[in-house]
Amino acid sequence: MNAHASLLPKLIAVAIIACVPLSGESFYIEIVGKVLVMAIFAMSLDLLVGFTGLVSFGHAAYFGIAAYAVALLSPQYDAASLWVVLPAAVALSALAAFVIGLFVLRTKGIYFIMVTLAFAQMAYFIFHDTPLGGGSDGMYLNNKPSAAIFGWEPFELTNEVHLFYFILAMMVLVYLFLARLLQSPFGRVLVGIKSNEHRMQSLGYFTFRYKLGAFTLAGALGGLAGFLYAVLFGFVTPELLSWHESGNVLLMVILGGMGNLAGAVAGAFAFEAMREIFADITKYWQLLMGSVIVAVVLFLPGGLAGVPGRIKRALQGGRPNE
Amino acid sequence: MSERTKQEVLLQADGLTRRFGGLVANQDISVTLARGMIHVLLGPNGAGKSTCINMLSGDLPPSEGRIHFMGQDITRLSAAQRSQVGIGRSYQRTNIFPQFSVLENVRLAAQSRRQQPWRIFSKAMEAAWALEKARACIEEAGLGRRVDWVSGVLSHGEQRQLEIAMVLATDAQVLLLDEPLAGMGSEESASMVEVLKRLRRTRGILLVEHDMDAVFAVADMITVMVNGQLLECGPPAQIKASVAVQQAYLGTEDSFHV
Repeated sequence: MNAHASLLPKLIAVAIIACVPLSGESFYIEIVGKVLVMAIFAMSLDLLVGFTGLVSFGHAAYFGIAAYAVALLSPQYDAASLWVVLPAAVALSALAAFVIGLFVLRTKGIYFIMVTLAFAQMAYFIFHDTPLGGGSDGMYLNNKPSAAIFGWEPFELTNEVHLFYFILAMMVLVYLFLARLLQSPFGRVLVGIKSNEHRMQSLGYFTFRYKLGAFTLAGALGGLAGFLYAVLFGFVTPELLSWHESGNVLLMVILGGMGNLAGAVAGAFAFEAMREIFADITKYWQLLMGSVIVAVVLFLPGGLAGVPGRIKRALQGGRPNE
Repeated sequence: MSERTKQEVLLQADGLTRRFGGLVANQDISVTLARGMIHVLLGPNGAGKSTCINMLSGDLPPSEGRIHFMGQDITRLSAAQRSQVGIGRSYQRTNIFPQFSVLENVRLAAQSRRQQPWRIFSKAMEAAWALEKARACIEEAGLGRRVDWVSGVLSHGEQRQLEIAMVLATDAQVLLLDEPLAGMGSEESASMVEVLKRLRRTRGILLVEHDMDAVFAVADMITVMVNGQLLECGPPAQIKASVAVQQAYLGTEDSFHV
């Protein structure tokens, strides 16, 4: 797909999202803010699943570690500095991903899925069962971080509109960063590893290093999402690290179409929208959600990202499966 | 050809043995490959040719024996490390990146010579040196008219040529080619033989091959393997004349046509 041809719809989508705060409805501002956070989370996982071919089933760990880091690093009666606590939270997630990556990246296929899950469960129990994390009730973030630089405050995260635009800016930055990364020599090697890792090795690539780099980066970006989530809602619970969350973000990536950044964003939107709508209709909303996901996998193998191409081909009268 | 055998030795394997449990797939195999030579590994199915080439390329560690490349002991190096010192290989089953263009396949191979993973903001397709090298290697492998094609749609023979181009882009001094002619039509096969002869001038080529006509058309040296053991090693004339080879591999005389 031509990058420039698909630029306009993306700009329009961002412009529409940017209009949400004009509604003045806190409910919508918060829920769209949450979707944007999940979009960052989904893009970070897509770097592994869709571009490197590493199906991580424990990605919620890095989300949760950064979320807890904000709560733990913030003083109880005062606001922490955004410029300290954000890099620190992201760095902690990156460090965790780096260390865990050293172990899990020695495995492949189903074993990789299982050990990423196992490490995430370990992280879950650290916050759930040790004094560190405050048990199953989680922790409150009493004061949102302050963006003040030597007394000058460019924006206030306590202001819901400012926070919304901060999250939106972060999502756009992550998108641009990953889009650029995938065009770089590093990114091309990741795609090569996904296609045929053995061949990459015989071409002289030390693929472990590249995979570790990708895993660490994905952990850091997942941590950024977790940081924003904690700031948005003001509390963290161990459920943020649970395997349900790891599964949900994987479903967002699959729903959107693996290996497509805009698809991951669309997947996050679709997933959260379905959750809201179906939960309104019935308390068995997960049944409906499951059916939709099965339908997407069966009838839209490319996910939502494949839809524009299908429509285009249908209009041009081409064969649908090409 | 005798002056060729005196040339610089690139790859020297001594006493290679590989066991899979109780099965001895390769027993005490020694192979020498010099620059400017095509050395063919010949043998019936199950003779252990693939095991041998896998040990040379680093895909399979030998149980016993040593491998030297230009005097350096490389027995313990991984496949990626061997690629970095100058040993390239192609696989029996076509092994390309089918969704990439021909150029991108070879560019990615060229990029492996200057790995700078920390440079995540430069554009891969703007690295002029890698593109130039890729184009040159594509040309050398005889695939110049297909540069911008998606590699998955190439003919079987062209995909094999693409594999050669990828190996060339890694600056390989030694080419380990596992059945590069397999599944090719006679025309494709003939053009590949021309490519191999051209590549031989500056490199050493070890070839695993079944196609008899092609083997005797290009081989400077032939090593015959049977049941994991080395049966005979020598120039084509010696192999042709060998009674042991005829009995073990070539069967009755009428199937032995050259």
